[in-house]
Amino acid sequence: MSEDIRLMKGNEAIGEAAVRAGCKAYFGYPITPQNELTAYMAVHMLAKGRTFIQAESEVSAINMVYGAAATGVRAMTSSSSPGVSLKQEGISYLCGADLPAVIVNVARSGPGLGGISPSQGDYFQSTRGGGHGDYYTIVLAPKGVQDAADLTYEAFAITEKYRIPVLILADGLIGQMMEGVVLPQPLDPEGFPRKAWAAGHQEEMKRDPNHVTSIHLVPEELEPTILERFKRYDQVKKELCRFEEVQVEEADLVLVAYGTSARVSLGALQAARKLGLKVGLFRPITLWPFPSDRLSELARKGKRFLAVEMSMGQMVEDVRLAVNGQTPVDFYGRCGGIVPSEEEVLAEIQRILAGQA
Amino acid sequence: MELAFGHPKSLKPIQTKYCPGCGHGVIHRLIAEVIDEMGLQLKSVITNPVGCSIWADLYFDFDSVQPAHGRTPAAATAVKRMLPDHLVICYQGDGDLAAIGTAEIIHAANRGEKFTTIFVNNAIYGMTGGQMAPTTLVGQYATTAPNGRDPIGAGMGYPIKVCELLATLGGTKYLARGSVNNPANVKKTKKYIRTAFEAQMRGEGFTMVEILSQCPTNWKMSPAESVGWLEQNMIPFYPLGEIKNTLPAEKEAQA
Repeated sequence: MSEDIRLMKGNEAIGEAAVRAGCKAYFGYPITPQNELTAYMAVHMLAKGRTFIQAESEVSAINMVYGAAATGVRAMTSSSSPGVSLKQEGISYLCGADLPAVIVNVARSGPGLGGISPSQGDYFQSTRGGGHGDYYTIVLAPKGVQDAADLTYEAFAITEKYRIPVLILADGLIGQMMEGVVLPQPLDPEGFPRKAWAAGHQEEMKRDPNHVTSIHLVPEELEPTILERFKRYDQVKKELCRFEEVQVEEADLVLVAYGTSARVSLGALQAARKLGLKVGLFRPITLWPFPSDRLSELARKGKRFLAVEMSMGQMVEDVRLAVNGQTPVDFYGRCGGIVPSEEEVLAEIQRILAGQA
Repeated sequence: MELAFGHPKSLKPIQTKYCPGCGHGVIHRLIAEVIDEMGLQLKSVITNPVGCSIWADLYFDFDSVQPAHGRTPAAATAVKRMLPDHLVICYQGDGDLAAIGTAEIIHAANRGEKFTTIFVNNAIYGMTGGQMAPTTLVGQYATTAPNGRDPIGAGMGYPIKVCELLATLGGTKYLARGSVNNPANVKKTKKYIRTAFEAQMRGEGFTMVEILSQCPTNWKMSPAESVGWLEQNMIPFYPLGEIKNTLPAEKEAQA
């Protein structure tokens, strides 16, 4: 069979990848700039006889995900920053009940209503839990349409494996732009084995009742559940840390950027190299777990860093924690929905390297 | 010798944490009896709320899903959509359903979601210790209505009649209000639950049984006084009976 290549918007590619990953239930609420994703799911989920619900709010949508996930099926919701804030309660419950789910954030600028232009201001919310309690979600950051499709497709398998929700942190630019995308093999949602922990099919599974819950009122009972979850987090950190590197080994200055700002940084790197400047790029693909060990290793080799973000500086804190004072870490960011230009990043590179000389 | 009356199989034979005189125990039993009669124990899922009946999953002997406060109908929506051949019971109290979860219940009902809501209305917040509920009667004392519920002067609004509110929605097919304050009402309430569960299994649309229930602890009276208080104060305001029934007639439904 020839490759299935299409020209798609990022939002549509995420939707198609989810359908192909065997997503059985999608719940959404309109918000810009992710509306094409909800509309895509309406068309394709309903056409396949799967569940699509336009919920009355993002709060309801994430709790529908909770209900669907509790039955062991592949379930998903998507939104953009203000809507993802509303979902945080539900995400905390998903984590507390160890339910797998995929949540897509096609991020826009904030705080408050902010604007509808792309932003990376949701890094803290995404990587620090986001809701109440002691937990993390796995966070995957695509840099383009192909990557958005690939990571969404894989997200369903990852969340099922660890029983930790996976957040896809894209932004309005990735959601809206069109690129060629090779699509993955479709999976049939009815083809997955039933989950031993899920609600439903008790007779067929020949088991005692399952209780999907996040409540443990006795501290001595709650603590072990959190400790068990953190063991899984350790496992995730060992198995899942992902990053992409461009010319880091022979670089003096390593740009650290994810998603859209990594694309800008790659352009700045290429321009810098033409000027003979030894610049590399380190792009975290998993924002949680953050690929700290590799950054630390690069710092030990004497490389300094420039974090480039579409925020006032959020990921840079993880870079500094990883580097831990071994070498300088600089920051360049634009906010409010502005994507930094390659020229701006190049100027920052030149300023840092000139100062060092 | 045949056992004529015993403990329902779908309810674990353990003592509950509910206070003496609380209606939850009787309501749990009614649900369990109907499930047993319909042979659905291994095909039932309860979504239990936040409030006193968060304990429901300790007592029902079948699967459960416990969502966030008020989000129960949203979660039950998805549970039922994923398990359409199961009996899905969305168990909610008045705070869960009529305050924090108002949007969820209205839209689940309007979509005609095919689960059954058991709405326990005791006109007070139980677990948190007697605060005013959306269904608290005018003049009724609550820790957050220390001079009694004052709709206008203190801006506390009026008690909400949930069945009547939902009856306007096209997706609702069966809305009944029962009570567990005396044996006659308990029997009628069981009949409503049976009708609702049967309609659910036929896939008719949204069904709900509201059940007026005692909370002697937070009403600050004895269990014996509380059944009288319910009779004299709640039933006149919240009329009992089938508030809306657009289910096909029994023979038609069986055909």
